[in-house]
Amino acid sequence: MSLENTQKNRLAIGGRIDRSRALSFTFNGKRYSGFLGDTLASALLANGVDVVGRSFKYSRPRGIMTAGAEEPNAIVQLGHGAATIPNLRATQVALYDGLEARSVNGWPNVNFDLTRIFSLFGRLMPPGFYYKTFMGPKKLWMFYEHFIRKGAGLGRAPTVRDPDIYDRINQHCDVLVVGAGPAGLAAALAAARTGARVIIADEQEEFGGSLLASDVNIDGKAAAHWLAVTLAELAKFETVTMLPRSTVFGYYDHNFLTIAERCSDHIALTNDKAARQRIHRVRAREVVLACGAIERPLVFAACDVPGVMLAGAVSTYINRYAVTPGKGLILFTNNDRAYETALHWHASGRQVVAVVDSRHNPQGDLVQKAAAKGVKVLTGHAVIEVLGGKRVKGAMVAPLSADGSKLTGQAKALQCDTIASSGGWNPVVHLSSHTGAKPIWDEEIIGFRPGKSTQAERSVGAAAGTYDTASCLAEGDASGVQAAINCGHSAVATSYNVTGETAAGPAQALFLLPHGKPTSRAPYQFVDYQLDVTAAGIELAAREGYTSVEHVKRYTAMGFGTDQGKLGNINGMAILARKLNQTIAETGTTIFRPSYTPTTFGTIAGRDVGELFDSARFTAVQHWHEQAGAKFEDVGQWKRPWYFPKTGEDMDDAVGRECLAVRNHVGILDASTLGKIDIQGPDAAEFLNRVYTNAYLKLAPGKCRYGVMLGEDGMIFDDGVTACLGENHYLMFTTTGGAAGVLNWLEIWHQTEWPELKVYFTSVTDHWTTATVTGPNARKVIAKVCSDIDLDGDAFKFMDWRDGTVSGVKARVFRISFTGELSYEVNVPAHYGRHVWEKLIEAGAEFGITPYGTETMHVLRAEKGFIIVGQDTDGSVTPYDMNMAWVVSSKKSFSFLGKRSLDRSDCTRTMRKQLVGLKTMDPLDVLPEGAQIVNERNAPIPAAMQGHVTSSYYSACLERSIALAVVKGGLDRLGEQVFCPLADGRVIAAEIVSSVFYDPSGARQNV
Amino acid sequence: MLKIHCPYCDEQREEEEFSYSGEAHISRPLDPGALSDADWADYLFFRKNTRGWHHEMWQHSAGCRRYFNVTRHTVTYEIFESYPMGTTPKALPKGDAR
Ligand SMILES: [Zn+2]
Repeated sequence: MSLENTQKNRLAIGGRIDRSRALSFTFNGKRYSGFLGDTLASALLANGVDVVGRSFKYSRPRGIMTAGAEEPNAIVQLGHGAATIPNLRATQVALYDGLEARSVNGWPNVNFDLTRIFSLFGRLMPPGFYYKTFMGPKKLWMFYEHFIRKGAGLGRAPTVRDPDIYDRINQHCDVLVVGAGPAGLAAALAAARTGARVIIADEQEEFGGSLLASDVNIDGKAAAHWLAVTLAELAKFETVTMLPRSTVFGYYDHNFLTIAERCSDHIALTNDKAARQRIHRVRAREVVLACGAIERPLVFAACDVPGVMLAGAVSTYINRYAVTPGKGLILFTNNDRAYETALHWHASGRQVVAVVDSRHNPQGDLVQKAAAKGVKVLTGHAVIEVLGGKRVKGAMVAPLSADGSKLTGQAKALQCDTIASSGGWNPVVHLSSHTGAKPIWDEEIIGFRPGKSTQAERSVGAAAGTYDTASCLAEGDASGVQAAINCGHSAVATSYNVTGETAAGPAQALFLLPHGKPTSRAPYQFVDYQLDVTAAGIELAAREGYTSVEHVKRYTAMGFGTDQGKLGNINGMAILARKLNQTIAETGTTIFRPSYTPTTFGTIAGRDVGELFDSARFTAVQHWHEQAGAKFEDVGQWKRPWYFPKTGEDMDDAVGRECLAVRNHVGILDASTLGKIDIQGPDAAEFLNRVYTNAYLKLAPGKCRYGVMLGEDGMIFDDGVTACLGENHYLMFTTTGGAAGVLNWLEIWHQTEWPELKVYFTSVTDHWTTATVTGPNARKVIAKVCSDIDLDGDAFKFMDWRDGTVSGVKARVFRISFTGELSYEVNVPAHYGRHVWEKLIEAGAEFGITPYGTETMHVLRAEKGFIIVGQDTDGSVTPYDMNMAWVVSSKKSFSFLGKRSLDRSDCTRTMRKQLVGLKTMDPLDVLPEGAQIVNERNAPIPAAMQGHVTSSYYSACLERSIALAVVKGGLDRLGEQVFCPLADGRVIAAEIVSSVFYDPSGARQNV
Repeated sequence: MLKIHCPYCDEQREEEEFSYSGEAHISRPLDPGALSDADWADYLFFRKNTRGWHHEMWQHSAGCRRYFNVTRHTVTYEIFESYPMGTTPKALPKGDAR
């Protein structure tokens, strides 16, 4: 079959397509052809494809309505597999060879739809459906959801990794111009000529906007000529960046805007050579919004039948793509400008059945021009209903009263296959609205115009309700000049001489057309095509008492589609206003928010995917751990060895073996991730004294002290050991996860409350490798690698630290213990970490040294009742709750952080949750962490909660399970039995015991 | 995304480099022990939640790590000034500046 035969609506000449480059594509599995320069929509229309999707709720056949971002019906999914993209508008998809597209909404296919057979479906989903369903019984929603998801569909996300690359670029400019129609181009040119740095972006395939299909002359030459010359001049400036295929989708604070550039989407679906899409994050000094206007359809019965299109879109298809999408046209309008569509259709050689004009006495130039061409014009008439199902077959046309409110005679049928509809134009106020500017209703243009600017921006041209080319050029030039001047450049104005424009007469404010039947009984009069919101639905919402436009929006779901109601919202507001007997200005509009059009996750993520999404931190010993077969766990960004399984061991086996090795012989832990903050200055001790609960003023060099930090609310915030390294010099250890937060905490108090204290903080976490050697044989291991520290228990005591040399490396050795065993924490500069670690392993071999991970560390500390901040505490517990009264000094003269709060009535009351141990009656039962605790086994539900399990393990050393828990008044309830009802129905009984399960006297660490 | 001036670096930088730190000019009572529970709670928990011009603390956390104050409009997000800790803000602009 030749191309001419398949493209039955393609005109023989004209358009901006390249007829020498035929392209083949498929739509819903069927093969078609088009030309380079087509969009998917124009190619489908050229091929006479009427039905492109099914509607969301009523499953009605839908066709292409528009030629731009506002398209509600032709929503497609491109490609398949990894690179597939859902929810694209066919009107904005550039055609390429091999393109493969499917309708996103149309199950099981667009021409035969099962859901339509369930005609009850529509009746099941009245306005307020979502509200009523979500507020109703849960099962009802699950029933509906099945049908909605399957039937309506909103595209399918790819199930495998996206193979493409996405880029991010941060940009700065003097003037960002949004939109490259006449106003935008004039603005960009004026600014560029001053030397300003300019970015101009336009969402379409080529720059030009309305100039791409315009009959006017600019400075004596055709508009297309001026366009070519202007683009050539702009391209010469090194200071100008021109971005076609680039949608400015968000306008944020302080003139920060985001642009999604489609770099290769017009060439192929995937791209292995460069980025597929690129996000530009632009900080602009001045912004010119020249983003145009979107035509508003008129609302009448069955106005969604394929073949009903926006008038401007019909002109675009004829002029830019050489496609006349039908044989016989009825143009239905309330304004002069739309008459151009009848003229274009007529010029393409096809029949104009009639122009139906709601106005009784239109007099504009275009009206005269149409009449002069012999086009039949029915004034004071309206299309009130469309005939046809999968394609327009005709229109019911009736005489209309002058105010448009009622019919004044019998309707008669006129045959046609296309109805072009125009109810006027809506300026694209979306980006301006993103900034918080409230759109203002303007009776003159019968539309909302951008509200008062809150940022350095101005709207010009159609975006500001200015529709003639001469004014657009003038406004654009003036805005470009002003923006450049505001950036400190000097500029001169340019004036353009535009000829060939036709003056437009006054339009009529008309939105919903009357029907012979009342709105509630008339065939569906669609307002929001994507979500099937009808005029009757909006009136129902008003009758049910909804008066705020934001509420009506949520009640009817108007504007909730992926098109954000670009086509229907204003009509919906007008219908609501009339029903409420108020003006549109009083009714107001909803607020538009980013994104202007859907943006892919790939574009937003840019290169921040995979391992670049969140960087991982490794200690210097990482490769040794990997070679030793460690399993890792994430602690913040750190990768920490979790346990070291030997062949055949599962986690429980490995952890049990590691625990016993530490208790009976010696173990070694990589503790390098512990936060370390170096603190220096003459007031360092005073500062520590203020932030810790216990006393630090008298901590001598060579000594360490465990401390707890509280928030000002008295709740435990972090804990750790601080060592005095020398006069005015300390090293603070924090928890691994708390390191950054603690540094912030120290800095904010120092800088904002106590700047007079001379103290300095430096994070040194990554400077050191810390190897913890712990167990009864620890001293023997250290003795083999360190000869310059007196390791005798009386010379180097528990909670002391010493400078020395370990395996030839300068080291700090701390006698601090998180296991309850004799421990040495060996700290060496990180570059020597691996070396020293290996020497310690070597030295420990004869004593059975065993590397262990975080899981064993947790078990061992739980056996000792040592808390982990963030696991056994949750920001609501004081040191007293943790049975740690000993760590709170009452003698300090300074009211340390959190001290006052410990005296608040809530902190001193009885029955606060307190840290205790739990022993299950069956020693093999290991309670789940988080299990709730109640007093009675068979307490009626809801039972009074007594607390919860915070830590729970099987202890190989004690040969039974152990748990830590917080229990109301727990410290006074030792010996009592409590119960943990579990999700699986079991109830486990446990006895409240001391939180220290092993070596309560602390003798083992003190040798 | 805000554009914030760090008075120490004396540069306009992106919000991503900064951390918000709440209402400014709340001094820690010199003798907390002398305060009633209610007064202490007022210092601890209650903030103005201003609609309009707001003095607030920011930290240049990915820069010089210094804390400073910003006068920002909580409706328009316009920033009137940044000023170092321990200094006094300028008189507030009347209403919304724009
Ligand atoms: Zn700074």
